[in-house]
Amino acid sequence: MQRIGDAPAVRRLLVGAAVLLAGLFLLLPLVAIFAQAFSQGIGVFWSNISDRYTLAAIGLTLLIATLTIPICLAFGVALAWLVTRFEFPGRRLLQTLIDIPFAVSPVVAGLIYLLLYGRNGWIGGWLDAHDIQLMFAWPGILMVTVFVTSPFVARELIPLMQAQGSREEEAAVTLGAPGWTIFRRVTLPNIRWALLYGVVLTNARAVGEFGAVSVVSGAIRGQTMTLPLHLEQLYQDYNAVGAFASAALLALIALFTLAAKAGLEWRTARQEVTP
Amino acid sequence: MSALALPLPRRRVLPGFGLSLGISLTFVSLVLLLPMTGLVGQLKGLSLAEYWAIISDGRVVASYTVTIGAAALAALANAAFGLLLAWVLVRYDFPGKRLLDALMDLPFALPTAVAGITLATLYAGNGWVGGLLEPLGLKVAYTWVGIALAMAFTSIPFVVRTVQPVLEDLPPEVDEAAMTLGASDATGFRRVILPYLWPALVTGTGLAFVRSLGEFGAIIFIAGNAPFETEITALMIFVKLQEYDYAGASAIASVVLAVSLALLLAINVWQGHFIKRLHGGRG
Repeated sequence: MQRIGDAPAVRRLLVGAAVLLAGLFLLLPLVAIFAQAFSQGIGVFWSNISDRYTLAAIGLTLLIATLTIPICLAFGVALAWLVTRFEFPGRRLLQTLIDIPFAVSPVVAGLIYLLLYGRNGWIGGWLDAHDIQLMFAWPGILMVTVFVTSPFVARELIPLMQAQGSREEEAAVTLGAPGWTIFRRVTLPNIRWALLYGVVLTNARAVGEFGAVSVVSGAIRGQTMTLPLHLEQLYQDYNAVGAFASAALLALIALFTLAAKAGLEWRTARQEVTP
Repeated sequence: MSALALPLPRRRVLPGFGLSLGISLTFVSLVLLLPMTGLVGQLKGLSLAEYWAIISDGRVVASYTVTIGAAALAALANAAFGLLLAWVLVRYDFPGKRLLDALMDLPFALPTAVAGITLATLYAGNGWVGGLLEPLGLKVAYTWVGIALAMAFTSIPFVVRTVQPVLEDLPPEVDEAAMTLGASDATGFRRVILPYLWPALVTGTGLAFVRSLGEFGAIIFIAGNAPFETEITALMIFVKLQEYDYAGASAIASVVLAVSLALLLAINVWQGHFIKRLHGGRG
């Protein structure tokens, strides 16, 4: 059967153009990160990674990601269950509201948190009087990271759970299974790969967030610098190799994210073929 | 029992309504909505004249022009590039196709600051690409072209990932019908395929544009950040904050926030309109 654009010449031209452009525009930067990081040899790379401040930044970044994931997971699952299993007034509005973080510029996200919880804000003032500091400290970084990553899990789950429908869970109810068992034994096996990918996306954004975090961090070396802020500092100090060493670590997480997506898509496709 | 009386309105059979509603509403109120009150509170301290003076200041207005101009260029370039990539990924088989497909998500997976320093290094005068372009008189890094480039990099997946599934769903008979009626490739694409892809293409390009308006991390390294020339609006907010001018930062942020929310709403309405048409009234 003949289809539009099937002539060999057209095909070769379009594939060639796409591969060339994607290579220049997307692959070359990826190669450049590692080339720069190792441009002075593996020894220099290693000494940059094992630097005291880099290690502190890695530690803080891991802490933020580790705390962000369970919070976003609980919210994402609850919200997806709510909007796909029940009809109630305001359901559409709720689904629109969870997209707010996608529409808000990261810098603006950081700013609104700073205004509320900073010393001049109405909550911040009260916190200050009680000697609790959230902004310019790691709790503030955690708060804005939760804000920017909150839609990911829900966004992955909602379309899937909508498509699967609730018939299996309803059958479990008629068989007398308690709620938690239904979720664990019926729902979870159906959504596990989407759930996992939601976590992978949340993690990728949590370790890499820059704009929102840089507003609330206060940039204290060794204390409130996440890995992206740390590499910015190194880059501004003309330590390009050091900056790219940290960048390479973050790029590895990005590559892991891409691999996870490819792997999970393959599993989902297989699940659909053999239900 | 009442479950046997069929015409009754559907009741909540599944458990967990109260719990999931509680968690969702608490989270949405505390994390997403409450912080907005901080912005409102700060803005209330400004008179209308003060507010207008801040958002119409020459340097700030120059930043709107730079941001919108570069975002528009990036979105248009991505519309063409994204359409090409989606087409190639859906229609053809070739070695390395899965790799190319995976590569499309790189800009979403890669932290923006990493993208920022990498693009700045590549396109600087002594960089791999910049070193080739500058002898030709093309300066990318530290100009607004560099800003558009960084915006295009971070937002390309929006176009590809919006167009791709729609193109996959296009039945082969559509192509065949056009070809049997004697349409050339170009005519068939323009008259048959493009109208079908149009809603997805506009949505994807719109999302890319909105993302570009708010992008910060990927841009500031390559932008040069010269006042009136290469400052983006997100940076203006950041600069005001560093001067502890919270009112100024809030005023500019309110403009950015209003524009992006309005655009997102417009995209949703436009998309809903087309989905209704495609699925015969079902949302």
